[in-house]
Amino acid sequence: MTGAQFKRVTPRSGAPVTLSFDGVPLTATAGDSILATLLSHGRFVRHHEFGGGPRAGFCLMGACQDCWVWSGHGGRLRACTTPVADGMALFAEPQPLLPSHE
Amino acid sequence: MNRIVIVGAGPAGIAAAEVLCARGHRPILIDEGEQAGGQGYRQPSAGLALDMSRLMGSEAGKYDALHARFANLKGRIDYRPRTMVWAIDGRTLHLVCDGRADVVEADTLLLATGAMDRVAPLPGWTLPGVFTLGGAQVALKDQGCLIGHRVAFLGSSPLLLLAAGQYREMGGEVAVVADTTPLRAKAAAFPAMMRSPRTLLRGLAYMAGAMRAGTPLLHGVTPLAIEGEGHVEALRVRDGRGRERRFSCDAVALGYGLKPETQLADLAGAALAYDADFRLFLPKTDGFGRSRPGLYLAGDGATIGGADAAEASGALAAHAVLTDLGASQDIAVIRRLARQVVRLRGFQRGLARAFAWPVAQIRAQPDATVLCRCENVTIGAVRAAMAQTLGPVEVNRVKAMTRCGMGRCQGRVCGPALQEIVAGVSGQDGAAAGRLRGQAPVKPIALAAAADTAP
Ligand SMILES: Cc1cc2nc3c(=O)[nH]c(=O)nc-3n(C[C@H](O)[C@H](O)[C@H](O)COP(=O)(O)OP(=O)(O)OC[C@H]3O[C@@H](n4cnc5c(N)ncnc54)[C@H](O)[C@@H]3O)c2cc1C
Ligand code: FES
Repeated sequence: MTGAQFKRVTPRSGAPVTLSFDGVPLTATAGDSILATLLSHGRFVRHHEFGGGPRAGFCLMGACQDCWVWSGHGGRLRACTTPVADGMALFAEPQPLLPSHE
Repeated sequence: MNRIVIVGAGPAGIAAAEVLCARGHRPILIDEGEQAGGQGYRQPSAGLALDMSRLMGSEAGKYDALHARFANLKGRIDYRPRTMVWAIDGRTLHLVCDGRADVVEADTLLLATGAMDRVAPLPGWTLPGVFTLGGAQVALKDQGCLIGHRVAFLGSSPLLLLAAGQYREMGGEVAVVADTTPLRAKAAAFPAMMRSPRTLLRGLAYMAGAMRAGTPLLHGVTPLAIEGEGHVEALRVRDGRGRERRFSCDAVALGYGLKPETQLADLAGAALAYDADFRLFLPKTDGFGRSRPGLYLAGDGATIGGADAAEASGALAAHAVLTDLGASQDIAVIRRLARQVVRLRGFQRGLARAFAWPVAQIRAQPDATVLCRCENVTIGAVRAAMAQTLGPVEVNRVKAMTRCGMGRCQGRVCGPALQEIVAGVSGQDGAAAGRLRGQAPVKPIALAAAADTAP
């Protein structure tokens, strides 16, 4: 998918963070939310589980639960309210449990 | 000592904590967010070089003042950020903080849980790039991002123009501000809005700003569809004169005013009643915020009133707590706060009439329009289920039949529109259509945490 959904208009200072989404490496700055990071690089965060197409979050304030992504450790994360962390491996689809690196 | 717990660190919760603290109490103040301030006075996340005075404009002074007051208060209360209340069971509040479960017992509970956007569905609203209007502001304040490069603002709310102005100010392109309410309907609500002339003037200033900037400003539109392959490419509406208009854009901000976050109040045993102006079920309180013995409600979570009303109602509810605990009170202070809350909420009531929730447009939506984003239930599926049942049907019945509102947002998003569809199909008024009941967990939590302390 080409293009970014979000347009960053304010720079952020902080430690650089490297993470990945569906195996593609992404860079971010500590303090960025997962959602802002994904939508600064692309246009969706998950595929709806009941055939509702691609989704990219909706309320951006933790109320609608439309922005969940899956972590490589098997859990799910609410992308709009979860900050990025170095080494995060994120996926648009549920993942089989991988051994934890933490 | 009576243990007082406040949920919500927005202007309402902070003002309440301040009043209690000044009288020697040390309340617990719980908030899901990383930082205090709530929605309207949300602070940028760490490291973001955002000029908040520029962004907050005429409200910058209040923003600074609230955060300065909180900085001073923080050490004197038991403040618990990043903590979500996910269930209330009698006096027990079930919490989850950083993935760990906890409980706290409350003798007195003051809920100041705020609000979220109310949205009306239309074809294409599940496409990536459609966000709530409040969400468009959160993206900016919290993350320094705009929701798109060229944004259409659709709905009915004075905040459409406010947010569009902020987006322009920050270098975003505004494709259109499209309001579903006709201009003459807004003019008719002018007398009620005169209760808060300052806010009214601010609204007129936003409108003037949009006109100077050449932003297309439409009133009385009928939304037709959000179009795009895999993401938003255009918004199509019929304008007030009946012409079809298409605005290319890569994002849409959608908002029809706010709806209170009432799930916790519901679980805590507050009574709710239908309000015909807001067309929502709102918790019932007395003039001071008392719901039932030991339970107090304040801010937008009780009745939509905006930040100033939230602050005043938070302080007022705290005074009610003190009174009920037997403390002597300064009646003059309480009277002044009560008058302020009545005036400001009256103004919002005027706004709710002026910027109307588009009942007829919702009921006229085609069958294919998705109503429930979580479970992917269409309006047609709701109509079909209702056609198969005899007698009056209310929303919880429809939920059981179609799964509409059963998803992980618990009907926060689809609830108001579902209510109108059900009322429309069954020929009842909104009150008879009923409301989706709050259930624990009020938001999804990690299962490990639920198992530890399940009620
Ligand atoms: C997304 C959004 C953006 C807005 N932006 C503006 C704006 O730019 N300008 C403006 O004038 N008004 C804005 N508003 C209106 C705003 O609601 C009021 O101005 C004001 O913030 C209301 O104050 P409050 O204290 O009642 O609630 P809020 O400020 O909303 O605070 C409620 C707090 O309760 C917390 N909470 C809720 N449920 C739980 C739970 N279960 N567990 C733990 N914590 C919980 C929330 O995290 C939140 O911090 C916005 C509203 C929304 C929803
Ligand atoms: S976008 Fe609604 S919860 Fe994240």
